Amino acid sequence: MDNIRRADYGTPPHQSSETVSLTIDGIAVTVPAGTSLMRAAAQAGITIPRLCATDTLEAFGSCRLCLVEVEGRRGLPASCTTPAEEGMAVLTQTPRLADIRRGVMELYISDHPLDCLTCAANGNCELQTMAGAVGLREVRYGMDGANHLRDAPDRSNPYFTYDPAKCIVCSRCVRACEEIQGTFALTVAGRGFASRIAAGESQPFMDSECVSCGACVAACPTATLMENSVIAAGQAERSVVTTCAYCGVGCSFRAEVKGNQVVRMVPNKDGHANHGHACVKGRFAWGYATHKDRLTKPMIRAAISDPWREVSWDEAIAHVAREFRRIQEKYGRDAVGGLVSSRCTNEEAYLVQKLVRAAFGNNNVDTCARVCHSPTGYGLKQTLGESAGTQAFTSVDEADVIMVIGANPTDGHPVFASRLKRRLRQGARLIVVDPRAIDMVKSPHIRADHHLKLRPGTNVAVLTALAHVVVTEGLVAADYVAERCDLPSFEQWRDFVARPENSPEAMEAASGVPAAELRAAARLFATGGNGAIYYGLGVTEHSQGSTAVIAIANLAMATGNVGREGVGVNPMRGQNNVQGSCDMGSFPHELPGYRHVSDDAVRGAFEAHWGIGLEAEPGLRIPNMLDAAVGGSFKGLYCQGEDIAQSDPNIQHVAEALRSLECLVVQDLFLNETAKYAHVFLPGASFLEKDGTFTNAERRISPVRKVMPPLSGLADWEVTMALSNALGYPMAYAHPSEIMAEIAALTPTFASVTYEKLEDLGSIQWPCTAEAPAGTPTMHVGRFVRGKGRFMPTQYVPTDEKVTRRFPLLLTTGRILSQYNVGAQTRRTANTSFVECDVLEMHPQDAEDRGIVEGDRVAVESRAGRTVLPVTITERVQPGVVYTTFHFPESGANVVTTDNSDWATNCPEYKVTAVQVSPVNQPADWQHHHHAFTRRQHELLARRAADE
Amino acid sequence: MDPQRLIKMANQIAAFFEVMPDRAQAAAEVAGHIRRTWDPRMRRALFAHLAADGEADLSPLAREAVVAHRTLLEPGS
Repeated sequence: MDNIRRADYGTPPHQSSETVSLTIDGIAVTVPAGTSLMRAAAQAGITIPRLCATDTLEAFGSCRLCLVEVEGRRGLPASCTTPAEEGMAVLTQTPRLADIRRGVMELYISDHPLDCLTCAANGNCELQTMAGAVGLREVRYGMDGANHLRDAPDRSNPYFTYDPAKCIVCSRCVRACEEIQGTFALTVAGRGFASRIAAGESQPFMDSECVSCGACVAACPTATLMENSVIAAGQAERSVVTTCAYCGVGCSFRAEVKGNQVVRMVPNKDGHANHGHACVKGRFAWGYATHKDRLTKPMIRAAISDPWREVSWDEAIAHVAREFRRIQEKYGRDAVGGLVSSRCTNEEAYLVQKLVRAAFGNNNVDTCARVCHSPTGYGLKQTLGESAGTQAFTSVDEADVIMVIGANPTDGHPVFASRLKRRLRQGARLIVVDPRAIDMVKSPHIRADHHLKLRPGTNVAVLTALAHVVVTEGLVAADYVAERCDLPSFEQWRDFVARPENSPEAMEAASGVPAAELRAAARLFATGGNGAIYYGLGVTEHSQGSTAVIAIANLAMATGNVGREGVGVNPMRGQNNVQGSCDMGSFPHELPGYRHVSDDAVRGAFEAHWGIGLEAEPGLRIPNMLDAAVGGSFKGLYCQGEDIAQSDPNIQHVAEALRSLECLVVQDLFLNETAKYAHVFLPGASFLEKDGTFTNAERRISPVRKVMPPLSGLADWEVTMALSNALGYPMAYAHPSEIMAEIAALTPTFASVTYEKLEDLGSIQWPCTAEAPAGTPTMHVGRFVRGKGRFMPTQYVPTDEKVTRRFPLLLTTGRILSQYNVGAQTRRTANTSFVECDVLEMHPQDAEDRGIVEGDRVAVESRAGRTVLPVTITERVQPGVVYTTFHFPESGANVVTTDNSDWATNCPEYKVTAVQVSPVNQPADWQHHHHAFTRRQHELLARRAADE
Repeated sequence: MDPQRLIKMANQIAAFFEVMPDRAQAAAEVAGHIRRTWDPRMRRALFAHLAADGEADLSPLAREAVVAHRTLLEPGS
């Protein structure tokens, strides 16, 4: 149900170079060939009554309400399923049609409760609207016959209710689940009058395969599937178009609001990243914004053993400024730094790095992209010339062979996964490279052609072997390479990958991937048409993360798969604004636009604009900051919107570093794990409370719009600005649009970006320049950004994290659909109904060897630490590999991960940790300590005193 | 800064460039990467360790890089 109505043309648009002209109710209309009569009518401003049709779904033709008369033809065709033809004369309103429609409506209403006044959809119900439109005045059949009015509602899902009594069995929900989401969780059970919508095998929704994406709710024309938030609060008064703050898909939503209360989030049909679709997080898990745990007042304390003291914004800001200046005077200018969050806006990221560079006077600024996609930035810059993905999400619609490497789109990027699955159902081929049998390997109507089930840590071995096959079997796109790429680098790379030691057979022992399977996959990718590569943190979070990104770029270039629709190198960004935070100069060696701080001309431009001299030496990266803190040369940290005490590896080392700081400032929504070590807490603003922009994985800059006022009184960018002013470096922006104007003035790829243009276009993919004023959906068309594409040899170097008799298993980590990153947001929503703790996945063989059974608590021990988790036994993981997530702090997944990191960027090697697993009956020592520390910090928070 | 950690990082960088056929270019790439991405205190700590402990922990290519390009790597250069 779509409140605050948007135009609905009844059936999807049809792409055709041919047009047909016809008349509808005497009005001439010309439409692309293949367009339905219903859509053609809508384009002519004529609404044909309908119930089972909506323009997000293919026509179905079941409700019989949209019948029309076509001059010279017998019968009454359904306008939704009848294509417009040249010369047709169509009538949509005749006495005969009116009689039939009233009769149809009468039948629908005879089995529908007449409780409109108390119905959650009152005023926003298509059935109600259509009853009015067809002039229904009576229901002759009464309510005494057989009906479904007493069918019991299914309230099992925390976010929506299924009330079968209101269902008209139009199948829109079933089709949405199939066509849009691709889960196939819903069906119509029974036949004729007994037909009912059923989840799974006629189970409650929560027990079925339903992934709670809400597509069915959005598609329902009645209140049969209705958001519980609307049932509770009623219909919204207004809506604000904004951008989701979860994953790197960056879905556009219309936040429907009553006063300052969000009633629901409706995926925006006009959104360029999501086209009206959403997932369980973005659509439903927004309640954290007003959760009781929100801290909305600044707090300070001298030591982390002290209770907090609530203070005014002025006092908090002045305190931070004093402390940072004191530290710099005592330990040196480089003893402080700042962390930028990928959960904050571009404008906020820009301001934090500016604060560090201009007010702190150093380059000690980093972003959480350090621990996820920093190898992407390095690898793609080196090879293609730009630190970003090459395509728009819609590009996958043109892909013929899709390779998914180290990504789990159905869980991590679910809205893109739905689009990807749709393309696969149309016949595209699929290669999955992953240690686990992720859902993309096999799910309803999806079956990977090849699953290269490699051992964790061997991406480079597999990618180089794939390249070996391409080169040695004559599958290189020679003309493309000759025209587009740097030939000396190609020849050097070609000779390297052709070596026998890089063959699939030679690599099989290390990777565990059968050579024949790998060869077949390579041949398919090189010869199957448009080849597109999608990869995630399973590529980057390794000691050879950057090497693997380079290997991906090599493979794409060698097969001619960069620079047009349907191909490309596509990093699936973890958090919503990873791309943006990197773009904004959040790395310690790069100014905005990925330009090195030592570049005198670039630095000079910033110095001139900012009116201050800037440091030419690179600063510390996050792991370097932590090491320097332990070493005593780093003493003050401003951490905006990140939780490194949960998200970063080797947590005990992180904790030691944080304890070593003399002033830790945490700006966040909640007292997160890092804030427990803080001396200053500055309340943050959720994405609903501020203006700005996010940039998603396809380089799409999308507006974030304030839906409600910031609970603390200030948006995050205002806090950074205040801090800078207190430090003596003036900032005076009245609105984030002014910050974006400065970004555009100083960053060539953003040169033509303005808020006005974002308002007009909805979103913009950078580069947005004078040459490409509306943005650039596909990069490297015609030529690479760096000129010629550069190949680089990718020698496989085994990780130091090797299995031994003491640590015989490899732990790899990831995420699940319902939780997000450290879970600070999703754990404070009903998403905990889906999963309430992290679990360890273990293969049955490994479990049996250790006497472990389903649900046991097991100790997971590595060289870095030990924690205890519940176990689930599953063949999703291969023997010798275990898997867990890091969404819940008490799980301590990152107690176990080590501080091994990528050679080029220090991105941690989360994906490979040698461990032993054994059954236990009590928590680990770390968990006892964490529990006690957390309890103590909550006591100190509860004892906080208000400033007099 | 823990010197062993820095040594490991330098060796990892060298391992990537090891495959380049031109040894001098490989050493230059190693040094260039360190120069572009390491904070000065990290480079200082590396040199301090090398001065105290020799260069035994460094891989041959990493050693060649820091020896041949010491001037480039010195903070303030």
